[in-house]
Amino acid sequence: MLRYVAKRLLLLVPVLIGLSFLVFIFVRSLPGGPAIALLGERATEESVQAIERQLGLDQPLPVQYLRYARNLAGGNLGSSVLTRQPVSTELRQKFPATMELAIAAMLFAIGAGVPLGFVAAKRYQGVLDNASLVASLIGISFPVFFLALIMKYVFAVRLGWLPSIGRLDVTRSLAHPTGFYLLDAVLARDWDAFVDVLAHLLMPAIALGTIPLAIIARITRAATLDVLSEDYVRTARAKGLSGGVVNRRHVLRNALLPVVTVIGLQTGLLLTGAVLTETVFAWPGVGTWMLNAIRNRDYAVLQGGIVFFAFIVVLVNLVVDLSYALLNPRIRYR
Amino acid sequence: MLRNRQIRLRAVTLLAVLTVLAAACGGGDTAGEQPTDVGAATDGTGATDGGTETGSADGGTEATATMVFGTSADPVVLDGALVSDGESLRAIDQMFEGLVSLELGGTEIVPALATEWEASDDGLEWTFQLREGVTFHDGEPFNAEAVCFNFDRWYNFPPEFQNPAVSYYWQTVFGGFAETDPDSGAPTESLYKSCEATSDTEVVLRLTKPSASFLSALALTNFTIASPAALEEFGADEGEVDAEGIFRPTGTYGTEHPTGTGPFMFGEWTRGDRLVMERNPDYWNAEEATGNIGTLIFRPIADNAARLQALQSGEIQGYDLVEPQDFATIEGDDQFKLLPRPAFNVGYIGFNQQVEPMGNPDVRKAIAHAIDREAIVEGFYAGQGVVAHQFMPPELFGYAEDVTKYEYDPDMARQLLEQSGEDLPVRLDFAYPTDVSRPYMPDPQANFEAMVADLRDVGFEVETKSAVWSPDYLDNVDNGRYGMYLLGWTGDFGDPDNFIGTFFQSQQRAWGFDNAEIRRTLDDAEAETDDEARVKLYEEANRQIMEFLPGLPYVHTQPALAFTANVEGYQPSPVSLEPFAIVTVTGQ
Repeated sequence: MLRYVAKRLLLLVPVLIGLSFLVFIFVRSLPGGPAIALLGERATEESVQAIERQLGLDQPLPVQYLRYARNLAGGNLGSSVLTRQPVSTELRQKFPATMELAIAAMLFAIGAGVPLGFVAAKRYQGVLDNASLVASLIGISFPVFFLALIMKYVFAVRLGWLPSIGRLDVTRSLAHPTGFYLLDAVLARDWDAFVDVLAHLLMPAIALGTIPLAIIARITRAATLDVLSEDYVRTARAKGLSGGVVNRRHVLRNALLPVVTVIGLQTGLLLTGAVLTETVFAWPGVGTWMLNAIRNRDYAVLQGGIVFFAFIVVLVNLVVDLSYALLNPRIRYR
Repeated sequence: MLRNRQIRLRAVTLLAVLTVLAAACGGGDTAGEQPTDVGAATDGTGATDGGTETGSADGGTEATATMVFGTSADPVVLDGALVSDGESLRAIDQMFEGLVSLELGGTEIVPALATEWEASDDGLEWTFQLREGVTFHDGEPFNAEAVCFNFDRWYNFPPEFQNPAVSYYWQTVFGGFAETDPDSGAPTESLYKSCEATSDTEVVLRLTKPSASFLSALALTNFTIASPAALEEFGADEGEVDAEGIFRPTGTYGTEHPTGTGPFMFGEWTRGDRLVMERNPDYWNAEEATGNIGTLIFRPIADNAARLQALQSGEIQGYDLVEPQDFATIEGDDQFKLLPRPAFNVGYIGFNQQVEPMGNPDVRKAIAHAIDREAIVEGFYAGQGVVAHQFMPPELFGYAEDVTKYEYDPDMARQLLEQSGEDLPVRLDFAYPTDVSRPYMPDPQANFEAMVADLRDVGFEVETKSAVWSPDYLDNVDNGRYGMYLLGWTGDFGDPDNFIGTFFQSQQRAWGFDNAEIRRTLDDAEAETDDEARVKLYEEANRQIMEFLPGLPYVHTQPALAFTANVEGYQPSPVSLEPFAIVTVTGQ
């Protein structure tokens, strides 16, 4: 197991090198550059050249890449052209916000999706099954930002139950050593703040978690149906185990294998989805940060952000692979 | 082992379900107790307490109210000398003051930290009398030395700061530096010569050549005076050039310790979340700063729809850059109000005379007569635009009433084409930007399509092009790759030099022409220190420009701000110099 983990982690190195190269090329193939993005209507030929010279963008691409790769190897992600702050500092500030949102969204998707799919399978072709099919189709096909706008209109503008932007009420101050505000509130034993953070988190998490929820529910249903028809389920029932025990120990547990795979795959989608969700909710995370970087052709931020996203996705998938062993003892890693 | 794993798995599932349930209940149950009381805006009576409570105002005399204002982005840094973006300037404006300022809501120059000033006859020496008894937020005295310290700081910027993306406005107004780095792209000559503190309250600024726009430029937020002690203590100019070649400030002046003399002081700044400013209790001009805002919070909300919803939900009490399609929503609800800004921009069609057939004056005139500007302004500007007849707004001095106007006249356009000597049909190459909404051009494509239809109607053949605004489109325009293009400009300060001087005083590839007559008039106007003569010269320049027709200006717009009904006293300014110190929030 340990050897397997080490091997997978080592494999990360070529993956990240290849990725850094692709990202470097991709970012630079966007037309234009940071100079014009910065100056807008005020750009002149000389000023654009001056900025490009200062940023080293006038040098040949291979030279630029080597410099970037060397910095990356040393853990240096460069600085933002726009804010003039180190990318790593900004990433550290923004990342917890996105992570908190993504975890909340995933918990919502799993917490609602798995039971929903399971129940639908147990009531195969019943009313509940069909209703969940319709609901999840809507969930998948509904644009995230549209859902967000409607939720905000109903719960923030009309009913006034929930805040529509940000992570914390602006008049409230909360020390944030970890950047995960829920955790920070707990650390500070500030329960009012905890509730406030939770209220801010609720709508963005639901908006972001809807698509994964629908997918997870469908996969759980399909997998459960497969398992229900397995011999060992019949055997388990035949030896007199109660319905609940059969469901938990034999059905759900085996059905969860494909579900866990899907959760791993969804993480990548979740992070991309966060870009839209964060913008609509003015959520100060990596998503808004990267969107802004695209507009400003902030190469260092884009490169740093994308490589980091990719790193997270690879890591989550490693964890997913490892959790197979947890779910199914027959799977062993060497 | 198996049992253990099973328990763990069950625990994980249970935890997940519980968390979601807890989140669902928690949110529903407790949101009503939130201090913001976000529901206020919807119950009719509550609109007025959209703000958040920090204390009770007695009679509006004490500055205890809290106002949250929705901005479009974070400031870059809170150091006026190093920024050119509107959001940085908006915040710096509340905390800093310059030698002169502009009248509320206008472009007339008024005293600020200087009480009076005088230029020598040759226009090279400007003497300013300074206000007495003013202190910086850190308690340091404001005096002549402090003024010179700031000017010397700007003039002696290190090469890293000579980047036009950093010190754009210094370079625009003053040109070069004490030691201009040849690689910086900055002009080598500087308008600035020296600053001398002739007494504690008198400063003499010397220039290398006369410049009449110099005084208007001093009203720019970029040239506000900062505390020398704070600049030094918190390393305003310290930094390192990182491996990517980007200068990275290492000091904390612009992020944690901006120190000016203004009505608000820096409180705290969490990027992406909030910038908090507190009332300056020792403000010298408390008499005029009559508002009751004690705590001013700027909250970045990049998304337009999200800003409107935040206003409606009571989370913010105002925001800038309202989208024209939201005007009706805001005006139709008496809990909110819409404040238009005086027009200080121009939208135009640029002609690049290097691209055939734009060098032909008859073709340019035919285009001008072919396009129904009135219909476009009426159709796409939600009542917030006026037809433009020259390249600067009517509010500005030097605007000439008697320029050549090109009325909508398709027959005239056809006739001009006939006599132009070009092979018919005349082909045009015309471009518009996508993914952008500018104050002077909320919907470029709509404008463009109407214009193309007008042009085709008189017999032009139009090849249409488009590109993403930033940076592709701008890049193409700047490098002269389009024959005709939609563009515009928003003024920075109240001087014609900032409009027609920027466009036509130097040769540019976007326009592709060199007209010595226009250039000379603009040079003369810039150097003229007699106000009346200067106005005449700019009027003359406007007449020459519109006769030559280097492009077709078509609109001036009034961008708008939105507020909750309980916000009073906000004074929109054409150049966005808008103090919150005079704003009152009632009902808190």
